Amino acid sequence: MNKIQVNRWKDQLFKIWGIGCTLVGLILLVLFIGDILIDGIMRIDWGFVMNLPSRKAEKSGIYTALMGSLWILALTTIIAFPIGVAAAIYLEEYAKKGRFSALLEINISNLAGVPSIIYGLLGLEVFVRILNLGASVLAGSLTLSLLILPIIIVATRESIKAVPSTIRDASYALGASKWQTIWNQILPASSGGILTGVILSLSRAVGETAPLIVVGALAYVPFAPSNPMEEFSVLPIQIFNWISRPQHGFIENAAAAIIILLLVTFMMNAVAVYYRNKWQKKWN
Amino acid sequence: MELVAEKNTKNFTMNKESEQESKTKISIKNARVWYGDFEAVKGISMDIKPNSVTAFIGPSGCGKSTFLRLFNRMNDYIDGFRMEGKIKIDGTNIYNKKIHVEELRKEVGMVFQKPNPFPKSIYENVAYGLKIQGISDKKVLDSRVEKALRQADLWEEVKDDLKKSALALSGGQQQRLCIARTLAVEPSIILMDEPTSALDPISTAKIENLIFGLKEKYTIIIVTHNMQQASRISDYTAFFYIGELVEYSKTKTLFTKPEKKRTENYITGRFG
Ligand SMILES: Nc1ncnc2c1ncn2[C@@H]1O[C@H](COP(=O)(O)OP(=O)(O)OP(=O)(O)O)[C@@H](O)[C@H]1O
Ligand SMILES: [Mg+2]
Repeated sequence: MNKIQVNRWKDQLFKIWGIGCTLVGLILLVLFIGDILIDGIMRIDWGFVMNLPSRKAEKSGIYTALMGSLWILALTTIIAFPIGVAAAIYLEEYAKKGRFSALLEINISNLAGVPSIIYGLLGLEVFVRILNLGASVLAGSLTLSLLILPIIIVATRESIKAVPSTIRDASYALGASKWQTIWNQILPASSGGILTGVILSLSRAVGETAPLIVVGALAYVPFAPSNPMEEFSVLPIQIFNWISRPQHGFIENAAAAIIILLLVTFMMNAVAVYYRNKWQKKWN
Repeated sequence: MELVAEKNTKNFTMNKESEQESKTKISIKNARVWYGDFEAVKGISMDIKPNSVTAFIGPSGCGKSTFLRLFNRMNDYIDGFRMEGKIKIDGTNIYNKKIHVEELRKEVGMVFQKPNPFPKSIYENVAYGLKIQGISDKKVLDSRVEKALRQADLWEEVKDDLKKSALALSGGQQQRLCIARTLAVEPSIILMDEPTSALDPISTAKIENLIFGLKEKYTIIIVTHNMQQASRISDYTAFFYIGELVEYSKTKTLFTKPEKKRTENYITGRFG
């Protein structure tokens, strides 16, 4: 065999290996989702969504957990979105580039990789105990906000960086101040990327379990929260709770709840992808 | 329109007549620029006449853009930028600490090499400079947008779809839009850094005509690599070489009877 043939052969081999690896991931995902669907799809009806949790599997619903998740989602957005975007604007546009900002930058990137349970411990100490918020929706949202802030900051900075400098120049040359340039040109031009980052980070927050358990979210709450100071449960904790029960009915409930949780995150990701595509089109 | 916060300081509009007499719009005294340790502009002095077109020519990297951007202080935010010397516009030193850069840039507009419209509608592009000044009256905006687009010779082409995205225009139209955007703010000086280098010959001709008509009201400085362009549209030409001003005179004189050998070599295309 000559060298070209050997290379071609290697090429083929690598291609097959690559296809194989991709398939492993895909097949596992399909099996998992299929299994969940078989177990849970029949269980989903309006009652399942609207019922309070109960000791009987067939009477149980996810209403309190779903409402808890929505509360957490809303509050986390309100807290993390403005802080994260503002921090990113500061770092990208105002902070002097130097050793300090480089240090800050590395730390923020590292924070994005800290295990979520560590954030839970931080939240427990700072929000639940020191600020005395108790095991409330607010304490949970603050904790998750900390968790997703680094992701929002990094995504926002990337989007701001992607705005061509010619736009900045044009705005400054017309007599715009820094803030006017940021507000009228940079933020609108990078909004697609920022939105994508925020939505993806929120969809991560919706699926988080560990930090909320540490903060003190309950597996069973009799009512949906009506204000930020009340105790709460969320979908992943509800699922975990049902899965750990022996009765088959609860396993079905868990599968059904997983389907709903997946639906929520898929929908959020779809919106994110939509904005990303729209945003990319604008610049290419 | 006050450039300086203090009351007793003269502002640009008041100065206009007296400047007409003295025949200097921009006066540059021994300007030097460094980027870090690198000296990009090495002590240039020159006076620029009002209501005229002045062309800056010279080989790539000789500091034309750097020098041009001194007049609207667009170099200020570049890392390592440092300047010495005096630049006076209508008698006011624009590197004075009391100067508001934003006010200066309303007096000294700029058009860039690559057309750089905002990713917004045609109307929004032209109105932007006015809106950031706090002008929000729809009638005022409408009339000034129309006036600027007419001045930039673009009105007839876009008047029916002002709401259309500026990015949908052709390159030449985009550049005229950028000129209109600059004119809308009503500056007295317009800086142009190779405004036609990214355009086809027809669009270039349109913009050259435009510049020709604008000098009645404005002082225009244009950087160009195109000798024909410089000789066609400018009244004065300055030839730069590695950070220095080699020769500066009436365009006709410079192109027909250059004083320096280096200038002659450059304009006849023997180097650069
Ligand atoms: N931001 C910067 N940082 C460091 N050096 C720079 C910077 N901008 C320009 N320079 C250097 O300063 C010198 C002058 O650059 P300038 O852009 O003013 O030249 P120019 O005459 O406009 O060239 P061209 O005709 O290619 O546009 C060049 O040597 C360039 O490398
Ligand atoms: Mg240049």
